[in-house]
Amino acid sequence: MLRQISGSIAVAEAIALCRPEVVPCYPITPQTHIVEHISTLVKSGQLKNCSYENVESEFASMSFCIGASAAGSRTYTATASQGILFMMEAVYNASGLSLPIVMTLGNRAIGAPINIWNDHSDAMSVRDAGWIQLFVESNQQALDVHIQAFKLAEALSLPVMVNMDGFILTHAITRVDMPTQEQVDQFLPPFVARQKLDTDAPLSIGAMVGPDAFTEVRYLAHHKQKEALAIIEQQAAEFQEIFGRDSGGLIKSYYAEQSEIVFVAMGSVVGTMQELVEELRAEGHSVGILSLRSFRPFPGNAISKALSNAKQAIIFEKSFAVGMGGVLASEIHMATVSNDLKISSVIGGLGGRTITKKSLGKIVECAMHGELDKEVFLDLEGTTVVKELRRQQEGQSSGPVAENILRDMGVVSASKTL
Amino acid sequence: MFQVRIHGRGGQGVVSASELLSVAAFEEGKFSQSFPSFGSERMGAPVQAFARISDQRITSREPVMEPDMLIIQDPTLFNAVNVFEGANTDGYLLINSAKTPEQLGIEEMTNKYPPNHVITLPATELALKYIKQPKPNTVLLGAFAALSHMVHIPALEKAILEKFPKRIADPNIIATKAGYNLIKQKLEQVQEA
Repeated sequence: MLRQISGSIAVAEAIALCRPEVVPCYPITPQTHIVEHISTLVKSGQLKNCSYENVESEFASMSFCIGASAAGSRTYTATASQGILFMMEAVYNASGLSLPIVMTLGNRAIGAPINIWNDHSDAMSVRDAGWIQLFVESNQQALDVHIQAFKLAEALSLPVMVNMDGFILTHAITRVDMPTQEQVDQFLPPFVARQKLDTDAPLSIGAMVGPDAFTEVRYLAHHKQKEALAIIEQQAAEFQEIFGRDSGGLIKSYYAEQSEIVFVAMGSVVGTMQELVEELRAEGHSVGILSLRSFRPFPGNAISKALSNAKQAIIFEKSFAVGMGGVLASEIHMATVSNDLKISSVIGGLGGRTITKKSLGKIVECAMHGELDKEVFLDLEGTTVVKELRRQQEGQSSGPVAENILRDMGVVSASKTL
Repeated sequence: MFQVRIHGRGGQGVVSASELLSVAAFEEGKFSQSFPSFGSERMGAPVQAFARISDQRITSREPVMEPDMLIIQDPTLFNAVNVFEGANTDGYLLINSAKTPEQLGIEEMTNKYPPNHVITLPATELALKYIKQPKPNTVLLGAFAALSHMVHIPALEKAILEKFPKRIADPNIIATKAGYNLIKQKLEQVQEA
């Protein structure tokens, strides 16, 4: 059924259609509306046979998920930003123990400086944690990919994280096609646990593993993620057959194979890029987009193939490794070593900075003239940066950076909304 | 694509207005999108919200930079925020004020618009009359419908009923119609003259 609702409500209702049995939650902006709505659905009886637990912290929430999933329940939670940092130890344990938990990450920046707005720092902080990490471009995809996430998690017995841009998607009201319960039931069979704590058939999960076997267990985790590459594609095809929509999969190409200049990006920014690319192509420019829908497992071969005709790739990412640069850019570099490809890393949208079509257009223009640097920070206020650097050179006691910058920019308070 | 930017202050229903607009457009079979300028909103602080209406699927995620319709819910913002930034002056401008653009001292901007594309109306006064609360958003939505024809009263009515319980929805529907009728009459009078 077509509906005009927020991304958070759409996801919450999609989760309910997946019949989760245990949902432990701790609210954090910008994902709060998701778990809030699930609690309403449980309370009203619309979502039956579901234990909704409001726990005391994110660490408790993921620990609760581990216990519930190990006991054989279909388990879901959501978090963001500092929330995933606080649950970090349990995040690694969930994947290390091969538990098919599904979690939404309403992507948000990580402090300090404290910032509630969108970027991908939280997703990148768990990039090596062993979870499958999927990204979505729109609210329709968010809804669809969550349904696929349960099937994927349970097929592999691995946790799956669906990354959804905080505010930009969670708080945006758009048209979505909400599937029926029958469709979801047809796609997603009841959960059969690969391993289950059961008093009738006792076993232990979580043995200590020493140097003699640790490499093998870790290798198998890597192997399983690689197996996921084929399963993600297969399930996206199956999803399309039942629901009639192309959602999910490893990558999505918008003219990537037939373009000289290709943006590579993850998440909602692909939407703005699409509008730009349509305009540029209408003017006769050879520009395309490669959207990464799966970040872990990393679809290196698919990326290399999709970029095989490209001359320049502009890797756009909403986070970076301080002291190194763009993480996605460096991974794509490695995946395309045999391609004849110039790679530029563009970092943008940090802490909710607006990514305008105009600024992206300037990047493409630079690329067309062969003038795009290897590393660019989109819309960086150079004069402000230089001013602070000069202040630091002039004396030891230049004060806290964030406060200095806010003062220089005339922003009275960090919570200014416009 | 028709793009709308609404400026107001926290508590004036700016975000709700953009939501109602997108739901109403959806009810009329159009593609639409709405979202707030995200922040730690608080009462009285400047707030913006955006809406897009189109016959085709909308993919852009950037805030509305060049609004075809600019709705100013609070005229005190003229001194605080550059509300006119990027405005498409072939479009429309709707201001909540009993004063004329000249009295507001913004005629330099409003003169750039075609005749009858700039409307001021006392939306807060009308809201107080019909809703008993200083929330001018639904009056302005009615005025929006009369001015732009991008959405119509039955769809706005449906959107309001969907979002609010009946006791809140009903007076807001009356307020929406009051805003609509006022501007419709105003425009008809101008046409006759």
